[in-house]
Amino acid sequence: MRTSFVFSEVITGLRRNVTMTIAMILTTAISLGLLGGGLLVVRMVDKMQANYAGKLEVSVLLTNDVSANDKDCTQQPCAGLRSDLEATSGVESVVYQNRDEGFERFKRIFEAQPELLKLARPEAIPATFRVKLEDPERTDVIKQAFEGKPGVKGVDDQGKFLERFFEGLNGMRDVALILALIQAFAALLLISNTIQVSAFTRRVEVGIMRLVGATRWYTQLPFLIEAVVAGIIGSVTAVGGLVLFKAFFLDRITRNLTESGIIPPIGYLDILIVSPWLFLVAIVISATTGYVTLRLYVRL
Amino acid sequence: MIRLEHVSKVYKTSTRPALDDVSVEMEKGEFVFLIGPSGSGKSTFLRLLLREEVPTRGRVYVSNFDVAKMSRRRVPRLRQSIGCVFQDFRLLPTKTVAENVAFALEVIGKPRNTIVKVVPEVLQLVGLDGKEDRFPTELSGGEQQRVAIARAFVNRPLVLIADEPTGNLDPDTSQDIMLLLERINRTGTTVIMATHDHGIVDSMRRRVVELSYGKVVRDDARGVYGVGR
Repeated sequence: MRTSFVFSEVITGLRRNVTMTIAMILTTAISLGLLGGGLLVVRMVDKMQANYAGKLEVSVLLTNDVSANDKDCTQQPCAGLRSDLEATSGVESVVYQNRDEGFERFKRIFEAQPELLKLARPEAIPATFRVKLEDPERTDVIKQAFEGKPGVKGVDDQGKFLERFFEGLNGMRDVALILALIQAFAALLLISNTIQVSAFTRRVEVGIMRLVGATRWYTQLPFLIEAVVAGIIGSVTAVGGLVLFKAFFLDRITRNLTESGIIPPIGYLDILIVSPWLFLVAIVISATTGYVTLRLYVRL
Repeated sequence: MIRLEHVSKVYKTSTRPALDDVSVEMEKGEFVFLIGPSGSGKSTFLRLLLREEVPTRGRVYVSNFDVAKMSRRRVPRLRQSIGCVFQDFRLLPTKTVAENVAFALEVIGKPRNTIVKVVPEVLQLVGLDGKEDRFPTELSGGEQQRVAIARAFVNRPLVLIADEPTGNLDPDTSQDIMLLLERINRTGTTVIMATHDHGIVDSMRRRVVELSYGKVVRDDARGVYGVGR
């Protein structure tokens, strides 16, 4: 096998169909970019779940009356509620957080948003029991037992909120993956088409190759490598696109959320971890499409 | 060298067989004219030897190859032992004379140093030394056919198949091409040439196999194109 010969054929082929090649590369890149985006969301959700696992709490919010008058939870109904909570099976710990502590915590979380802090008043923050459960899934027990009791304003389940948040992220991921799939289909057709055009423009060469006894590999490999090279360029473009998207867009719009620790930031490392998959998908898809096309549509 | 045993070929699109129970044998080093009107089965005959087609019935042997039965993987080996020349030359217009000839060796994976050595030799044999760097469009028809013959012969095939190689050439140039084919034949290469050219067949006095409606109707050891035609 003369590699220099095969590669010179590949370069000739790509140059001869330059418009098709560019279309093929761009479609592949967009498809892989979306796939990469979807994978990054998956990583983000995983990280968040890891971050929050074990930290999830149920907040039992107390009424305004209790919040204003019982700083240390020594009076009724606060003291009674605390002992009831501690006595409930499955409760790991109960921490009382009065209005002032709650306001401090709020200021910490939203220190990146001074506009929000300016508007906030301590009176808006209720005193709260932060209840940690042995099994974070079993929040319903607390909700059923304490909602509506005297002194209780409501029971807030962080888990429920996070669930909704994850649902939102997973929705984004699904949209990205579906778009990636549609684009991948378009890329597939383009690869197949490009190979057919390429084989047609080189039919004289290929005819001669067949006649002088070139093996199937020798006649087909240039077409196959053409498709794979375009796929690899497409995946490099996709990774570049993700890096640019992160640097110039994602970082700006998520700065507040990531700085306050609500969502984990997507780093260049995440893109680096996702990119081998994009390369792999690009190579497998372009090679398979190329091979099937040559088998079915091109008589070599 | 070449043997056809009761070979028939029926194309799907036609009811009449292109070849009808043909049995013929050609020895190593023979020079054979294959004649007959258009549609008589000459091209099918040649395509069967190259395994471009598979016979409907019968067996085809070329050298040690059982052509009809061999696996697809072995077909390149068969074709490497057969050289082909056509009426329309089939040269690559973007490659020079030397590159066109080298192409046939490159695509079967011959090493660079072999190519560099044998290409000038074969170009000298066909009388094209000094024109290595010309492009096909800069050559006359006869010269283009010489390039095609050089390409067919550069891998020293056992058999050279020529399908109307003089069809596009004037009589003088045709004579030159025939001399070249004779020279190649003298190296021990079997030459099978399909042709319509009466003058060439009559002047060469070589073996003539005539096909008509897919059957061998004449096989003369030292024949002419047509008796009383």
